[in-house]
Amino acid sequence: MPELIAKTALSDKKPATFAGTTLAEADPGPVASIALFPGQEKALAKALKPMVFPAPNSFTENGGVRLVWTGRDQAFLIGAEPPALDGIAAVTDQSGGWATLTVTGPVAAEALMRLVPLDLRPTFAVGQAARAPLGHMQSVIFRTAADGFTVMVFRSMARTAWHEIEVALRSLAARAALI
Amino acid sequence: MRLTCPLCGPRDRREFYYYGSEDYLQRPGPDAGPEAWDDHLHLRDNIAGEVRDLWYHETGCSQWLIVTRNTVTHEILSTELVADRKKKGVRA
Ligand SMILES: [Zn+2]
Repeated sequence: MPELIAKTALSDKKPATFAGTTLAEADPGPVASIALFPGQEKALAKALKPMVFPAPNSFTENGGVRLVWTGRDQAFLIGAEPPALDGIAAVTDQSGGWATLTVTGPVAAEALMRLVPLDLRPTFAVGQAARAPLGHMQSVIFRTAADGFTVMVFRSMARTAWHEIEVALRSLAARAALI
Repeated sequence: MRLTCPLCGPRDRREFYYYGSEDYLQRPGPDAGPEAWDDHLHLRDNIAGEVRDLWYHETGCSQWLIVTRNTVTHEILSTELVADRKKKGVRA
């Protein structure tokens, strides 16, 4: 069988910087959905160690691997292959299904707030995550640094998401240039 | 109008899909007669006051909610997860 080459959704896009803020695609490595079976909280906590299953609207991190809350009793394990969780949780590979973008810089929150109806100023702290619409797209958004966000959208929406965020950044840069 | 999703917090109503009365959770048994099914599928009260409806948090956490609101005052009185209702052993 031939070796197939895995490509990310936006592999032809180079990072773009406007108003000192950079939009880039990230290659998160493996992404797996972990959906807890009822009553298996303790077994899951044990099996995931040293990772910690995140509370709603947050993510946990350990050695570059993240567990991001994505729904009721559900999180995405990003950056590592999932452990064996037979009988504890439903594990489904999501790796090819999502596009991952990062927005980093002084106007990252302002740009995203043009598209996401959430207050993403510092009250949305590092470690917080949300399921929220980006325009009309379902997304996963989480803050990884004071000036940095990661945005995940369905792979089929990758170009639209990139375009929308780029337009928001361009608008902010244009406005800053007028002052 | 904003709805407070028990998981996601307060969100704009455009994030939600409206389905209809929580009556839809009271599904008749397979042997119930045609009247029961007709009632379940088609007959609704038209209340001026407190109603309990199903809303889906479509662009959020993808959970079904039961929202109690007042159609006269537009007050939102409570939001709960349908899943929690099941957990509590209520037939759904
Ligand atoms: Zn929600």
